[in-house]
Amino acid sequence: MDIKLKIWRQKNATTKGRFEDYELSDVSPEMSFLEMLDYLNKQLIEEGKEPVTFEHDCREGICGTCGLYINGRPHGPQQHTTTCELHMRAFKDGDTIVVEPWRSKAFPIIKDLAVDRSAFDKIMQAGGFVNIATGSAPEANSIPINKKISDRAFDASVCIGCGACVAACKNSSAMLFVAAKVSQFALLPQGKVEAADRVQRMVEKMDELGFGFCSNTYACEFDCPKGISVEFIAQMNREFLSAKLCSHKGH
Amino acid sequence: MIKLDSKIPEGPIAEKWSKHKNSLRLVNPANKKKLEIIVVGTGLAGASAASSLGELGYNVKVFCFQDTPRRAHSVAAQGGINAAKNYKNDGDSVHRLFYDMVKGGDYRAREANVYRAAEVSNQVIDHYTALGVPFARDYGGALDNRSFGGVQVSRTFYAKGQTGQQCLLGTYSSLSRQIAKGRVKMYSRRDMLDVVVIDGKARGIITRNLITGEIERHGAHAVVLATGGYGTVFYLSTLALGSNATAAWSAHKKGALFANPSFIQIHPTSIPVLNDYQCKLTLMSESLRNDGRVWVPKEKGDKRHPNSITEEERDYYLERRYPAFGNLVPRDVASRAAKERCDAGYGVGDTGLSVYLDFKDSIAKQGQKAIQDKYGNLFEMYEKITGINPYNEPMRIYPAGHYTMGGLWVDYNLMTTIPGLYAIGESNFSDHGANRLGASSLMQCSGDGYFILPYTISDYLADDIRTPKTDTNHLEFERAEKEVKDRIDRLMAVNGTQTTSSFHKRLGKILWDHCGMFRNAEGLKKGRELLDQLEEEFWKEIKIPGTPDELNQELEKAIKVADFFEVGRLMIEDALARNESCGAHFREEYQTEQGEAKRDDANYAYVAAWEYHGHAKKPALHKEPLKFEFVELKERSYK
Ligand SMILES: Cc1cc2nc3c(=O)[nH]c(=O)nc-3n(C[C@H](O)[C@H](O)[C@H](O)COP(=O)(O)OP(=O)(O)OC[C@H]3O[C@@H](n4cnc5c(N)ncnc54)[C@H](O)[C@@H]3O)c2cc1C
Ligand code: SF4
Ligand code: FES
Repeated sequence: MDIKLKIWRQKNATTKGRFEDYELSDVSPEMSFLEMLDYLNKQLIEEGKEPVTFEHDCREGICGTCGLYINGRPHGPQQHTTTCELHMRAFKDGDTIVVEPWRSKAFPIIKDLAVDRSAFDKIMQAGGFVNIATGSAPEANSIPINKKISDRAFDASVCIGCGACVAACKNSSAMLFVAAKVSQFALLPQGKVEAADRVQRMVEKMDELGFGFCSNTYACEFDCPKGISVEFIAQMNREFLSAKLCSHKGH
Repeated sequence: MIKLDSKIPEGPIAEKWSKHKNSLRLVNPANKKKLEIIVVGTGLAGASAASSLGELGYNVKVFCFQDTPRRAHSVAAQGGINAAKNYKNDGDSVHRLFYDMVKGGDYRAREANVYRAAEVSNQVIDHYTALGVPFARDYGGALDNRSFGGVQVSRTFYAKGQTGQQCLLGTYSSLSRQIAKGRVKMYSRRDMLDVVVIDGKARGIITRNLITGEIERHGAHAVVLATGGYGTVFYLSTLALGSNATAAWSAHKKGALFANPSFIQIHPTSIPVLNDYQCKLTLMSESLRNDGRVWVPKEKGDKRHPNSITEEERDYYLERRYPAFGNLVPRDVASRAAKERCDAGYGVGDTGLSVYLDFKDSIAKQGQKAIQDKYGNLFEMYEKITGINPYNEPMRIYPAGHYTMGGLWVDYNLMTTIPGLYAIGESNFSDHGANRLGASSLMQCSGDGYFILPYTISDYLADDIRTPKTDTNHLEFERAEKEVKDRIDRLMAVNGTQTTSSFHKRLGKILWDHCGMFRNAEGLKKGRELLDQLEEEFWKEIKIPGTPDELNQELEKAIKVADFFEVGRLMIEDALARNESCGAHFREEYQTEQGEAKRDDANYAYVAAWEYHGHAKKPALHKEPLKFEFVELKERSYK
């Protein structure tokens, strides 16, 4: 099939960017979206031009490296699908596809379609862990966990840290990402003792890093490739509130 | 002259590690603060090592090429992680896990290391559980297990098809904790391009900052490589695209021996090649073979839809050939059997290069829900890539390049032949012999990083407590930096007409065809010729746009591919020198009448450790003899 591309090109963080138009023929519907970009880059290089910079690694939807705005949606038109898993059969011959990087103040552009998501690491460093030193763990089966609860913690744990939730949100909120981690640990006995501290520290960090607030539009859930539920945001809010109350009581 | 000393402790196998631990020297906490350790890699091996060393009080600097440690390739492991917990009461034990690994590796692994990996496995599971890793549980709240290729007990812990993700995120969280405490400093988006050796000891590394292109020097008292595998040498593989051999290869060029480079596992269950632009083969976890049955039509070239081929018309060839293990035979056996059927004309799909993996019977027996619970995300992944719903018709699978059992040679302390340079996880060679059993890499990587290296490295550092901080103005840093810069300039200067990827693809095909699932002396020699020619062309024709002092992904690739040529050449050398078949290394000249691998224990029960003698020069072979004192050397049979 033949397709037209409008791609955001930006030399580096300090230069102004712009859209460039490209035309590609002989695109196979079997190609993944990123293979289509490889194909474009091959042509650009052979023509002596600079290829488009985009980020990727595993190319199977698990590392969270890839992520593009495709026709106005993070990770493209298919729900629960990362950009690397999206295939060209989702498009039609003659389509024009607009490709942009994540748009969020907290994720500055590095080059073309690549952005800096290190703010997520900073949130994790603020408390996204269980304080347990190597060597001090008890026997694994000494802490039985109800299967339903453990499955629920698993559902929260599958976030790949791609940042689509932030990109999708009109306020650039990182709520879904933070809520997923907070909930996973809040559900499990392992993380409970420090749950109140954790949620406060992570939420404070998120605010400090310039992410916006949550106004319950649910765009994050809709565009999250892993289908993380906004119910975890509710869970986090409960955790946060009770943590605040407890700390007033002098905990 | 390099002398191989494996430093395996004396005594009964079950006591070696605990005795050894008691004899290793310690560094007192006040001195730990003064010591710096570099860890390259943030996969399960690197991140677990860095966080544990940070906890102990060392100053740790940790590097990865991704934007964040959470994306290291361990995140992609699907199936599970082994431990000898015997939770299923099916007779498992440390000894049995040890035995299965030695046998699975076709008796080409070092007994003492394998035993230790099995021994620390239980602690690994305890630690992950404590970190909040949500492993599967049964209704009583206890952890659940399943079985995996090549074994008859259920010892594999799993989190749906996302075990690697869950373990890595657990480890990343403990790493984050140490970063927050300031004990570990994280350097992401860095490519390690050289190791710096001063007075015979590893004292630092040279990296390229991938954003600015700046070449940087980092000094330390010791360097740990945890840089993963080089299966991407085949171009098409199950690995993440950034996986590479560069860090390990730079160490090899500086004097670290490289062991068993030709032992590369071909994984039997990957989604087959679907088009010409493909750059990646997606793995379908081996755990699927617990419930999926592998078959091809009995009739050659039967092109009918799989659902209309009746039971009598199907050949469940694994169950037929290997009745005791059936679909659960190890990877090398399953891979060869699939290729054999396809080569004989029974393969399915447009290309004839695939076989069916069918869930019809399990869905009928257990219900779709049960299958979905176990493998849901794998089924979704399959459907996204192929457009076919595997609940309604069988998956198509084919073998693909996967795991590297070869890697830097290390002694029992996980130290390479360069003092102060360690290699852990997939980047070393030590625990899997000629073939890796499923779910034992995550186990090894985590064990190395959490429970082995932190002990052994202190023994080395005990001598270094008075050594001041490494001076990165030292002549050797200057020299290494200059070499790295020269190499980059040389690559940039070629300014030919072809892309790096096109060379990588052609190189991969040469290696796959001539040093892949089946090898023979003639083919290997032919492959060597083709590789030499292609390498020459590479250095004349490669084209890298842009400049080296900016984010330049084409340059990043070119640096890696330039090294892959050299790695490929050593793989061929190694495969040629091993006149036997074992595990993943199948030399067609050496097979039994039934077409199974035929080992030659009298002549080849050794680790082949290669010494670098210059580009395209004949490397020197050092042999570490393998002694089997605790398991009997015998023919490996899964019948
Ligand atoms: C698709 C797939 C599925 C798998 N499933 C399983 C499974 O179910 N069970 C199992 O036991 N094993 C499995 N494996 C194998 C297992 O995942 C790997 O062997 C293991 O994760 C390797 O871990 P590691 O820490 O050694 O390296 P990796 O996780 O590969 O990490 C390598 C690290 O090194 C860094 N690095 C590499 N080169 C450089 C450089 N030059 N400069 C700077 N940094 C560098 C990277 O940034 C990364 O942080 C699977 C492998 C694949 C490919
Ligand atoms: S919550 Fe979803 S969208 Fe947000 S980072 Fe995680 S996986 Fe990506
Ligand atoms: S490249 Fe890893 S999720 Fe897309």
